[in-house]
Amino acid sequence: MSTPIQIYLDNNATTPCDPRVVDAMLPFFHQVPGNAASRNHPFGWKAEEAVDYAREQVADLLQVSSKEIIFTSGATESDNLGLKGAFEMYSRKGNHIITLKTEHKAVLDSCKKIEKLGGEVTYLDVEGDGIVDLGKLEAAIKSNTIMISVMWANNETGVIQPMKEIGELCAKHGVLFMSDATQAVGKIETHPKDIGVHIMAFTGHKMYGPKGVGALYVSRKNPRVKLTSQLDGGGHERGMRSGTLNVPGIVGMGKAAEIAKNEMKQDAERLSVLRDKLENAFKANLDEVYVNGNTEHRMPHVTNISFKHVEGEGLMMTFNQNIAVSSGSACTSASLEPSYVLIALGLGDDLAHSSIRFSLGRFTTDEEIDQAVNLVSKGVDHMRDLSPIWEMYKEGVDLDAVVWSEH
Amino acid sequence: MAYSEKVIDHFKNPRNVGTLDKASDAVGTGLVGAPECGDVMRLQIEVDQESGTIKDAKFKTFGCGSAIASSSLATEWLKGKSIDDALAIDNMDIVEELALPPVKIHCSVLAEDAIKSAISDYKTKNGIS
Repeated sequence: MSTPIQIYLDNNATTPCDPRVVDAMLPFFHQVPGNAASRNHPFGWKAEEAVDYAREQVADLLQVSSKEIIFTSGATESDNLGLKGAFEMYSRKGNHIITLKTEHKAVLDSCKKIEKLGGEVTYLDVEGDGIVDLGKLEAAIKSNTIMISVMWANNETGVIQPMKEIGELCAKHGVLFMSDATQAVGKIETHPKDIGVHIMAFTGHKMYGPKGVGALYVSRKNPRVKLTSQLDGGGHERGMRSGTLNVPGIVGMGKAAEIAKNEMKQDAERLSVLRDKLENAFKANLDEVYVNGNTEHRMPHVTNISFKHVEGEGLMMTFNQNIAVSSGSACTSASLEPSYVLIALGLGDDLAHSSIRFSLGRFTTDEEIDQAVNLVSKGVDHMRDLSPIWEMYKEGVDLDAVVWSEH
Repeated sequence: MAYSEKVIDHFKNPRNVGTLDKASDAVGTGLVGAPECGDVMRLQIEVDQESGTIKDAKFKTFGCGSAIASSSLATEWLKGKSIDDALAIDNMDIVEELALPPVKIHCSVLAEDAIKSAISDYKTKNGIS
């Protein structure tokens, strides 16, 4: 029996580790086993040297000083540290934080915790294309606002926020600007100093590095930002994040950053062509196909598509032996609620249930896109043949006028 | 989440997909669920009016694999049953047969609702109480 084709179009969930990254990491499991904080022997020195080098590689990608990079266990920890650490540190200045409804749960749930601790958080709506309205953002700034936290690029739709303009707003009002840039770093240019971002969270495993390692950029100059540590211990990482450094992981993240710096532009160009090809093929093959979110300002490798009158999880089941994607359908989560990100864009629940996210990556090939178009289109046809609402739609029934029995 | 083999079988080879003439007095139609909830089932029965047994059943479902499998299984079970026996089908029978996980139990509930709704429609049309 031959192995079935397996096509990975879920790179926003995690990217495969680049083989060059794996090669860079391997010596740091056994041959170079030291603790980077061991200051008194060569084992420690070598580990520290490797960490310093990786820190330079990551800083170089962001065009910042290596002293501004704090290594963490991943983007979730970085988001927690950035938000809660700033809230604690700047509590004398104010207690108000502004963020968006479409942020990742690591940001939203950190903000909820901050509210429990006495903070005040504004969760702003986005417009129908997923982008925040700058006027509404500015109007939300108050005298007690300490920080605005806006994700660089959305994980579900790939929509990119107007970062430069938000940076200018923050500078004008003297508030900190934090960004969860997990989906953007290593894929598009993310230079916090050019944009006016002061705190920026990201992770290794979305940029072809390993899982279990992330980083937080914390500005040291203009302004000098300080964060209250959320993990207490040995005082590593300038006292902001205690815990023995994950040396192999950090080495891998450094290598991934170096590769990204050299290759992300060509990757982005190639992937946007493939992404557009995928999108256009669905539009040509199928009726009632909707692309969700702004298509001008979005990541080059992502498309989020609703195949109307087809339920996302059921659709995925037609091809999930061969193609890996994600759905905003409720059925893929335990909550039974469809994607809050798509709902925030104003999509009806029905379209949110019908959505599929395709996220391409460095290792996606042209041939894989052709196969995906073929298999997914067949799946949509199969599901529509089974769908009573597709039949009703085809018969011209006004679905909005039907009295459904909600359950 | 892994699906049971029976769910996959019903999903890949759904039984009795289709549409019966809903205007016919012998046909009862049940349409349950809502697009907003991510599940809509339409289940139809055709009753042999002499014997009172269900001679045909068809479905169409918008939903996840478990919802499709639940309704496909329901149509299989309905064929040949009397109305009373059909009313006795319990959602937990479907859960057991398809080995549905707890998060998918609502799919079986929807299938039971669809059966009851189709029978009720048939009874209303024919003045049976």
